[in-house]
Amino acid sequence: MAKEIITLDDKEESMATDPASPAEQDRSLLGRVSRRSFLSHLGAAGIAATTAPVLASAATFTPSAIQEPATEAAPGTVPISLNVNGQTHKLRLDPRTTLLDCLRENLNLSGTKKGCDHGQCGACTVHVNGRRVNSCLSFAVMHPNDQITTIEGIGQPDHLHPMQAAFIEHDGYQCGYCTSGQIMSAVAVLKEPVGPTDDDVKQAMYGNICRCGAYPNIVAAVQQVRHQS
Amino acid sequence: MQTFQFTRATTPDQAIQAHAGATARYVAGGTNLVDMMKLDVEQPTSLIDINELSLSAITPTPTGGLHIGALSRNSEVAHHPIVLRDYPVLSQAILSGASPQLRNMASTAGNLLQRTRCVYFRDTAFPCNKREPGSGCSAIDGFNRNLAILGTSKDCIASNPSDQNVALTALEATIHIQGKSGSREVPIHSFYVVPGNTPHIETVLQPGDLITGVTLPPPRPSVRSLYLKLRDREAYEFALASAAVQLGTQGNRITFARVALGGVGTKPWRSLEAEHALEGRPVDLATFRHAAQEALRSARPQSENAFKVDLSQRCLVRALTLATKSA
Repeated sequence: MAKEIITLDDKEESMATDPASPAEQDRSLLGRVSRRSFLSHLGAAGIAATTAPVLASAATFTPSAIQEPATEAAPGTVPISLNVNGQTHKLRLDPRTTLLDCLRENLNLSGTKKGCDHGQCGACTVHVNGRRVNSCLSFAVMHPNDQITTIEGIGQPDHLHPMQAAFIEHDGYQCGYCTSGQIMSAVAVLKEPVGPTDDDVKQAMYGNICRCGAYPNIVAAVQQVRHQS
Repeated sequence: MQTFQFTRATTPDQAIQAHAGATARYVAGGTNLVDMMKLDVEQPTSLIDINELSLSAITPTPTGGLHIGALSRNSEVAHHPIVLRDYPVLSQAILSGASPQLRNMASTAGNLLQRTRCVYFRDTAFPCNKREPGSGCSAIDGFNRNLAILGTSKDCIASNPSDQNVALTALEATIHIQGKSGSREVPIHSFYVVPGNTPHIETVLQPGDLITGVTLPPPRPSVRSLYLKLRDREAYEFALASAAVQLGTQGNRITFARVALGGVGTKPWRSLEAEHALEGRPVDLATFRHAAQEALRSARPQSENAFKVDLSQRCLVRALTLATKSA
């Protein structure tokens, strides 16, 4: 949990960047210590120092375990092959691992955020087979045949999705914690039967809460992209 | 969260076979069950994933009705062209609940079994007869503003939270169930049971029973249907009071009426009293008000929710008024 709190204000990270690779993390630790790499290592150390009750968490600091099946199956774990952002990951998971925790802790895709963890805030929104869902409310092992898309799969800093660019242009965030969920919802809205008005967009986006209250700018960003497309 | 054994089923038979009894659960969307597992309100020892079952289709029936597969997602049902055309009350009800993300996950059958939002049911620190039979009801002398005024007992006043099921009740849907000893069909008004002294029993389902789908009867010509939901805010909130109505008129006379209320009952509340007070009567405000009074005649409000008696009546009057407005 400490890790979740630490990343609360990590605006940069929530704007759809790939988590730093281990090599990059090492480089920045040796040279300039960036906030993200520092927190990332602190988070891993924090977890390592405790007895992780859920195997999903225990796998976090073992990069080699991320994409390869464990040679020895831990008791109670279930094999699962997950397709995330076009890549297949073979994992063994405690079945209690939510899709959200799996993305963040096992696959190091920390752009997807944990807010309420009860399907009420929308911070964890990802696409499953092109539809937006709350990743906190399903278990990862329930998705063997699904195409999962996270904010990392929508766009990257050097080739932003138009919605990401519009959020930056319209300042559609303040702390940024809800932003990846907002963008995932907004991208889904482009394909949903949503009316043309701002009110229609507000209705379509009410599953994503923004405590900073950036709503007017979020609506402006969404509308701009809808008008473009 | 308690540990559980995870099984993936690919056919109804396989799922039912894998169901080991009272502590096993089927999981489809997970929106309600996973939430409750995180709260330790649900502690299944075995979870059977039924998402791979072929129960997602929405198909017209030979008699002109509509069959909705158990695994159809709420968003699929709400936006289905036949639902929009013939059963708008169902689309309106579904779209008035939850969020777009949740509606993309939640299944038709899962929604049928949605559990109450009573805060004491969801908090294991408090006694609750529904969660732990015999432990007592914390809500009767506690926070009960959102809870039921119809169908309550001295052991439970929890309200049924679903919008979908209020519409399905007004539409007289039939629930298709496959169990360890064969298949059966249950009309929705016989599917839910009032709490009495066994509030942990909410439906006629037996352990291992699997809902395979819901059938809607053919739409009646020149009957209009409508869902109206009143709540503390206009989005993402459960009903304080809601009404699903089907109304047919000929000239100035009501020829057909089906009425179900949400937010006020311990189950999706079919009001035969309101229907009797409507059919054969003139289309006017006096008729609607009388029907609404009849619908709430047996209401037993609690310390914080007496307002629901009036609110529910106004909701029904308004729904009936809207349903009879010239298009």
